[in-house]
Amino acid sequence: MGALSLGNVTKSFGKNRVIQGVDLQVQDGEFCVFVGPSGCGKSTLLRMIAGLEDVTSGDVVLDGVRINDLAPARRGLAMVFQTYALYPHLTVRDNMGLALKQAGVSRDEIRRATDRAASMLALEPCMDRQPAELSGGQRQRVAIGRAIVRRPKLFLFDEPLSNLDAALRVQTRIEIARLHRDLGATMIYVTHDQVEAMTLADRIVVLRAGRIEQVGPPMELYRNPANTFVAGFIGSPQMNFLRAGPLGLASHTLGVRPEHLALSRESGRITGRISHVEMLGSETLVYVRSDDHGLLTVRLFGQHDYHVDEPVFVTPDDAHTFHFDSEGLRLR
Amino acid sequence: MNSERPALLLARHSVFRGLAAHAVLITYTIIALFPVFVIVINSLKSRRAIFADPLALPGPANFDLVGYVTVLEQGNFFRYFLNSLTVTGASLFFVLLFGAMAAFALSEYRFRGNTLMGLYLALGIMVPIRLGTVAILQMMVASGLVNTLLALILVYTAQGLPLAIFILAEFMRGVSSDLKNAGRIDGLSEYTIFFRLVLPLVRPALATVAVFTLIPIWNDLWFPLILAPSEATKTVTLGAQVFIGQFVTNWNAVLAALSLAIVPVLVLYLIFSRQLIRGITAGAVK
Ligand SMILES: Nc1ncnc2c1ncn2[C@@H]1O[C@H](COP(=O)(O)OP(=O)(O)OP(=O)(O)O)[C@@H](O)[C@H]1O
Ligand SMILES: [Mg+2]
Repeated sequence: MGALSLGNVTKSFGKNRVIQGVDLQVQDGEFCVFVGPSGCGKSTLLRMIAGLEDVTSGDVVLDGVRINDLAPARRGLAMVFQTYALYPHLTVRDNMGLALKQAGVSRDEIRRATDRAASMLALEPCMDRQPAELSGGQRQRVAIGRAIVRRPKLFLFDEPLSNLDAALRVQTRIEIARLHRDLGATMIYVTHDQVEAMTLADRIVVLRAGRIEQVGPPMELYRNPANTFVAGFIGSPQMNFLRAGPLGLASHTLGVRPEHLALSRESGRITGRISHVEMLGSETLVYVRSDDHGLLTVRLFGQHDYHVDEPVFVTPDDAHTFHFDSEGLRLR
Repeated sequence: MNSERPALLLARHSVFRGLAAHAVLITYTIIALFPVFVIVINSLKSRRAIFADPLALPGPANFDLVGYVTVLEQGNFFRYFLNSLTVTGASLFFVLLFGAMAAFALSEYRFRGNTLMGLYLALGIMVPIRLGTVAILQMMVASGLVNTLLALILVYTAQGLPLAIFILAEFMRGVSSDLKNAGRIDGLSEYTIFFRLVLPLVRPALATVAVFTLIPIWNDLWFPLILAPSEATKTVTLGAQVFIGQFVTNWNAVLAALSLAIVPVLVLYLIFSRQLIRGITAGAVK
């Protein structure tokens, strides 16, 4: 129940081809996260799965049934939007119950379902309020509750946490993870946030310009990125890309994560000058400008006393480097 | 010391600006209301008093309701009133309904020729419908609608639609697409989404359109005169013309009729005005 498969799906807006042939299998019960830069088509793909956009070509198959032409409400899925999208004229309870009411479920049944969702999300005190009387976090929980109540085969989330402040985001993220464990439903989740992607996902799908760049479990993408794009996208702060030539290497580009660059005042393979230092307490980020490689990020644990404009040496840890060819593909 | 002065200046400056703004607005209000005021006070005076001193307020000396008596005794005036209300009400209803529906289609659905259609529908804002009077009259004659209220309602609906569509489409583009999509996923029909989700959210725009549509229709003399001049279908504005003769004009009656005609517009305006202000300032303040 809830296995989704996309077969060579494309989408064009007029002449503008936004999704360029996406193939993807999402297993039943899987938590699948779409990441990618702004405008790469994450929301469009999600809306196509939901049935809110027509599919230009290709197949959207849910549980073995092709649903390309099925109305959104009949696909058995639920969606949570970035802007909450609660019905302003309905109470929280009616917001949550509307889909069931439309489907002709009995009043008692609706009441039971909304009560259950409310208790899962600690929304009992708000059930008779209007959305305008709720805080942002409560609104998003109501939106999630509205999705739960329908018992969908598939949950779709489009950046559900990006309108919340940092603390609420962490809390709601944990709540979503717990929901996924409790409900065991398939979830597809779009986000910009590294941490959300890494912590929630069973598998991450990295998109660029309407194409899938790589699919895999978070740690797999982190350890074995297929190309410079994925390597740069997964992991924060971003991976450093060094020119291989000046280092005397055969490949084209050398990728090193910030924590695998060693910083020294005395000696090292790359010379540079500190351009900026960020102290975060548990770690220190030192930005070094080098003539050969541009701006490099070095991540040091603990607190360090470096100053802007100091000349320093940077050395990559050879055990933790990635080699890429001139096309940006990973060399193994 | 130094830091206080700009604040003080600013405060004095803004007081001055507030006064200036109010002075301008009050002047404008007086100028705009003056004719209405003159009509109303003179409608309550005797004929001699009107001409002796048009600006004098009605008092015990010159108070006279003869105008209102004439108007109300002129048996048909109540019917004219009803005709005006029917025509304006029905036209307004259709303009808002069809205007909002067209605006929803234009703003919500992608289809071939969408932009072209929008431009075509907005064209009517710039082309006065009176240019087509002859053709309209011919059509009404051909379809036997001359001297019916329906003729007026049809013409006014056509006249009001372009502006309504233009304004409402702009507002509807601003309605969250997530909200509409949430409705679709919850199984609401497009009609329910339109009537229950979108329309309430563009209520200020509807009120704005209502007022801008309503006043020209209520005040119009042209089409009632041409399309429906019969006794049974006269509107108030046309009915008031009875008192304006080629040689003698019954000013008491004319002024009383006009004063009465203002009342419904005023009432409707008061109903819509709260929403109207929100509609006009929505873009600016949001
Ligand atoms: N209705 C539309 N008409 C035309 N082009 C559209 C439409 N919706 C989206 N696009 C285009 O499709 C591309 C992908 O948009 P989409 O919203 O899916 O991006 P996204 O990955 O969700 O970006 P973000 O992370 O900023 O939300 C963009 O280039 C956008 O301009
Ligand atoms: Mg998006």
